[in-house]
Amino acid sequence: MCSTPVLSADPALRVEDLRTHFFTRAGVVRAVDGVSFEVHAGEVLGLVGESGCGKTVTGYSILGLVDPPGRVVGGRVVLEGVDLLSLSEAELRRVRGARVAMVFQDPMMTLNPVLRVDTQMVEAVRAHQDVGAADALEQARAALERVGIPAAASRLRSYPHQFSGGMRQRVAIAIAMLNRPRLIIADEPTTALDVTIQAQILHEAQKLCRESGTALIWITHDLSVVAGLADRICVMYAGRIVEAGSVDQVLDRPLHPYTHGLIGSVPSRNRRGAPLAQIPGMAPSLADLPPGCAFRNRCPRAAPACAAEPALAPRGGGRAVRCFYPLHA
Amino acid sequence: MNPPLVEVERLCKRFVKPLDLAARLARRLGADVAEEVVHAVDEVSLAVREGEVVGVVGESGCGKSTLGRMVAGILPPTSGAVRYRGRESAGLKVQMIFQDPFASLNPRMRVADIVGEAPLVHGIVPKEQLDGYVGELLARCGLDPSYQRRYPHQFSGGQRARIGIARALAVKPEFLVCDEAVAALDVSIQAQILNLFMELRRALGLTYLFISHDLGVVEHLSDRVVIMYLGRVVESAESERIFGAPNHPYTQALLRQVPRLETRKTAFQPIVGEIPSPLAPPAGCHFHPRCPQAMPRCRAEAPRLREIAPGHLSACHLNDG
Repeated sequence: MCSTPVLSADPALRVEDLRTHFFTRAGVVRAVDGVSFEVHAGEVLGLVGESGCGKTVTGYSILGLVDPPGRVVGGRVVLEGVDLLSLSEAELRRVRGARVAMVFQDPMMTLNPVLRVDTQMVEAVRAHQDVGAADALEQARAALERVGIPAAASRLRSYPHQFSGGMRQRVAIAIAMLNRPRLIIADEPTTALDVTIQAQILHEAQKLCRESGTALIWITHDLSVVAGLADRICVMYAGRIVEAGSVDQVLDRPLHPYTHGLIGSVPSRNRRGAPLAQIPGMAPSLADLPPGCAFRNRCPRAAPACAAEPALAPRGGGRAVRCFYPLHA
Repeated sequence: MNPPLVEVERLCKRFVKPLDLAARLARRLGADVAEEVVHAVDEVSLAVREGEVVGVVGESGCGKSTLGRMVAGILPPTSGAVRYRGRESAGLKVQMIFQDPFASLNPRMRVADIVGEAPLVHGIVPKEQLDGYVGELLARCGLDPSYQRRYPHQFSGGQRARIGIARALAVKPEFLVCDEAVAALDVSIQAQILNLFMELRRALGLTYLFISHDLGVVEHLSDRVVIMYLGRVVESAESERIFGAPNHPYTQALLRQVPRLETRKTAFQPIVGEIPSPLAPPAGCHFHPRCPQAMPRCRAEAPRLREIAPGHLSACHLNDG
């Protein structure tokens, strides 16, 4: 068992009222609409939601990676006291890869297929540190070793296609760790991998956070993965956080009907063969969200009051819910 | 006990990559080049009884999809036999449901034609009743019958999965082979489709071969589970036994790796190494390089799949005492 890290007073990252909209011909898509959360050093935050809920765009917005027609239209992303949204592109380049790094779902997206791994890693080190090539190479080798790649020194001279999917994802994580960032954002990094390989990656991620005190945002649709990995969970729906709290709070006593439905949708060993508690319907289109609670058309507890927009209200014990009629109330 | 509906006997599939011209010439000149052969499925035998749901589990490259395709009759086996009620051919009684709800529907056909073409061609429904028949199938699969005139791109992933199921049901099959049928879907949509599968099983008395990498899904749905590793069956038993008392070290390791809602703050203890390449599988027991309990014998001799308890088969030398 792992012990919960001691939380420092100042969070590594604080996101306040982040809003990222996409200005498309079909209208304004509010992909991220007023998202706020904090991550502390050494803490793992699970950002959970289904496709299209805005979890990935949240990650991209933090790093300033949103492409037109998308734009961050409001909010603050404070990393070690600096609002990343106020930085110029040149200043952001010095932050990305050094103080914040990202791991993507498909490692082929982060790795250049025509460059050897050592070339890419040395480049990443020397972009942010004033060190010689030999020193950078040594750092790269050490990073590969840390993520459990055997014969790291010789594997450095391989091309990305010579690695298996799981190994490639390790290389991507090693690159993210190179400059010892304060924060790593991992976007569904194990979704494409087999269970046994996924467990290996989770093992490395967990070790990294505990040992180096790096804060980790783990973006995923899979509640079972964050159950074993994360300290806290934020559940997103239609561009907003609908529930936040510790893993035990959220998974054992969910407050929001959506979280409750999501948990009921996961096949669990105690209810074999029984019908799964399904959420009726599907997620609404973000281009024309109805006013009020975005979940109310699928919600078993919806009432006329839900036509107004509920706020993300603190519920004590560090948790919050965006619902007028929460469960376990 | 019901007689088996489907019997698979020593089924093998080998994929051979033929040598190109240069390699053939080199071989003429005495070079030591051989064709690359993948034993995708290696002597797999299993039986599915009427009304049963059999789950096939394994990691990528273990041959589970190839097995499913051979059972469904869309891929000819290299050797071995698939018998359906004792006969060689199942005809329309076996249908398949595919993983990708985007790639498995023809984007240029309307839903009415996707679902209705096969029953019309096979004379199951006369043309004048086709509209009503398709509408009924769509409704049974949880879709609005008025969607018949639409094209696949107008539907979400979950709705497309339903169309794929309606298409399979259109020819009144008895046996469905589902190959990762819910893997591409979001959790809440996946739950809807799993519920639909169970409802259809009750209503129509269907039998399933349910192929998936997701142990949670398989555990939820299956009566019996078959675990595959690199083309071979390593263990098979009733679901309760597989999940309650797994015998094979691979099954045990696999079950430990499954993330569950109930396990919090786990220190993940992964199996070392990765699945070896099926081009050059290890000698003896395929799992021995990753097995914590491997013995010298495991490197030399492939263990036979044999009964260790009634209905519980396992292929491991440890069971020999």
